Amino acid sequence: MMLWETYLLAQRTILRNVLRSSLTILGIVIGVAAVITMVTLGSGATAKVTSDISELGSNLLHIRPGQGMRGPGGARSRADDFTIEDATAIKNSVAGLKAVAPISDASSQAIYGSANWATSVTGATNAFLTVQGWQVADGRAFSDGELKAGKGVCLLGNTVRKELFGNESPIGKAMRLGKISFKVIGTLKEKGQSNFGNDQDDIVIIPLRTLQRRMAGNSDVRTIIVSVNDGVSTEVVSSDIEALLRERRGIKSGQDDDFHVRNMKELIDTLTGTTTVMTALLSAVAGVSLLVGGIGIMNIMMVSVTERTREIGTRLAIGALEREVLMQFLVESVVLASFGGLIGIAIGLCAAAIGAQLIGVPFVFRPGIVAAAFFFSGAVGVTFGYFPAKKAAHLDPIEALRYE
Amino acid sequence: MQFAQVTDQMEPAQIYQKEEIAQKQNNLIEFQDITKIYGKGQAAMRALDRINLSIRQGEFVAMMGPSGSGKSTCLNILGCIDTATQGTYRFEGVQVENLSRDHRAMLRRHFLGFIFQGFNLLNRTSALENVELPLIYRKMPAKLRREKAMEALSAVGLEKWACHTPSELSGGQQQRVAIARAIVGNPRILLADEPTGNLDSVRSTEIMEMLLEFNRQDSITIVMVTHEPEMAVYADRQIHFQDGRIITDSQNDHMITDSQKGASL
Ligand SMILES: Nc1ncnc2c1ncn2[C@@H]1O[C@H](COP(=O)(O)OP(=O)(O)O)[C@@H](O)[C@H]1O
Ligand SMILES: [Mg+2]
Repeated sequence: MMLWETYLLAQRTILRNVLRSSLTILGIVIGVAAVITMVTLGSGATAKVTSDISELGSNLLHIRPGQGMRGPGGARSRADDFTIEDATAIKNSVAGLKAVAPISDASSQAIYGSANWATSVTGATNAFLTVQGWQVADGRAFSDGELKAGKGVCLLGNTVRKELFGNESPIGKAMRLGKISFKVIGTLKEKGQSNFGNDQDDIVIIPLRTLQRRMAGNSDVRTIIVSVNDGVSTEVVSSDIEALLRERRGIKSGQDDDFHVRNMKELIDTLTGTTTVMTALLSAVAGVSLLVGGIGIMNIMMVSVTERTREIGTRLAIGALEREVLMQFLVESVVLASFGGLIGIAIGLCAAAIGAQLIGVPFVFRPGIVAAAFFFSGAVGVTFGYFPAKKAAHLDPIEALRYE
Repeated sequence: MQFAQVTDQMEPAQIYQKEEIAQKQNNLIEFQDITKIYGKGQAAMRALDRINLSIRQGEFVAMMGPSGSGKSTCLNILGCIDTATQGTYRFEGVQVENLSRDHRAMLRRHFLGFIFQGFNLLNRTSALENVELPLIYRKMPAKLRREKAMEALSAVGLEKWACHTPSELSGGQQQRVAIARAIVGNPRILLADEPTGNLDSVRSTEIMEMLLEFNRQDSITIVMVTHEPEMAVYADRQIHFQDGRIITDSQNDHMITDSQKGASL
């Protein structure tokens, strides 16, 4: 029998009992729909995380003392902080940098009149405004003199401004951070919540030197943020900085770094890694349901072979070859399974489109996964249809004809 | 497994390229000491006991005998859907025991037509499609296949019922569909197991007239199992079975046969 004839025959047999066929492929439908939904939503989540982080600035490097994402204790607690000189050295000897912003921070109580607000204070230079994309709303940024001398001046984030000053204009007013008095020279444009849910506008920026001398009482730099020029590889810059800092901190070769340079790409990889693992786990669960679907098909095909024993006997007696009968049943189960796959894909894509709306991630159509799901369901048909088909093909014509 | 391109003009021996071409024989079918034993040991049951039988091209043979005497078993072996326990069966000189399962299927496909006891039509499949079935396995193009199947249906007077499924047809009509399916491939030999078994005498007579016409006009060899003497008289030759053996094998006297037929009409 030609393949096309076999296909038509299979299609007719399947459509002859629509209810049974639907129940047979239900497992495959659910399995494929689950896989498609999971993978599509997972891809959407990954795309969202990636674009969110890129918005933060994918060309930023954060340099901190300690050994990065290794949890508390260990090298981090013993590692020395950086100094302004480290930042200057990076600026002078590493190529391809747009800005180098050394910062330190502290928590403090901001006080103006009777208003009182706990906030975080960042000691920085104007480079910090550049790398973090802060814009001055009112007033001005720091002058060189204020930075060098470590003057008591500050820039207020929008939240702090509202909490302390309400509708009053803060420019030129005197306020206190803890016991130290500061003059407000400018306010920052509102940024809103960060992608990780914290309020970015809850910030007071003062000159780095002011923070070192008058609040922390040292000359430490906690973090150096570096922004890399467009088109320059962050990997190259980051290894240049590592080499430089190892030398400056006197780390012998073979010893581990006591600082780390983290770029946003790493962060993206870490976060998308999490969603990828989640997607993989959920897909594995979905895959199991696909397997169960396959067993459902096998079950019904076995029943079908038994029910159609006389038909098989007739075909064999008329002159069908074993392999033709095998093909007939194999094609039938493959058509069933692929059909289930198609329905599953359609349902999965619809569910993913709705789900993407609900959880606020983009709908990412992945043709590769759709094709793979389709072929996989076909393969399930072959695998689980083979045994029943073999059983049909091996029937003895005379016994099959006599079967009641 | 490779089969030679098969045409209706071909001799069966030519399908099997590896088989030595047997010497051309007059006999279409030759049984030598064919024995069929069902079961083993104590329960062994000898359904056919050393049957010797030759059937020539163009003969119309009726096999008769009481129930359980081995007629169906003999017919199934003739039709290559069952195999003998012992003995040799030559079909146009080809020794069937030496053929593989697939080779036997090819023999059935191209040279044999079978009318099964109890019709064995495919359910929920139209009469036309049932008749087309053997041609599908012969890889005949769809259009030609449809034409041939329609021809066969008109030969049995059912052209108006082509699109009906077996459940919409009477027993006599179903039997005629089964006959159309058996003859549509223009077989060398038509094997019929009690073709009038479930039919009343009027329908039975119609069926027998039809078989006689295929035998006379299309020179199809027919072997028919029946337990009704009124049907057996249509044949040229009657073989009587008892307990798995042939007890008589006689030519019909056609003078008598023709007058009897005249009387029954
Ligand atoms: N598959 C089988 N297994 C065991 N015994 C069988 C089988 N088929 C037929 N027989 C036995 O073989 C004998 C001949 O049967 P069969 O050829 O069908 O007789 P008939 O067609 O003349 O009525 C019977 O006794 C029957 O019981
Ligand atoms: Mg019988």
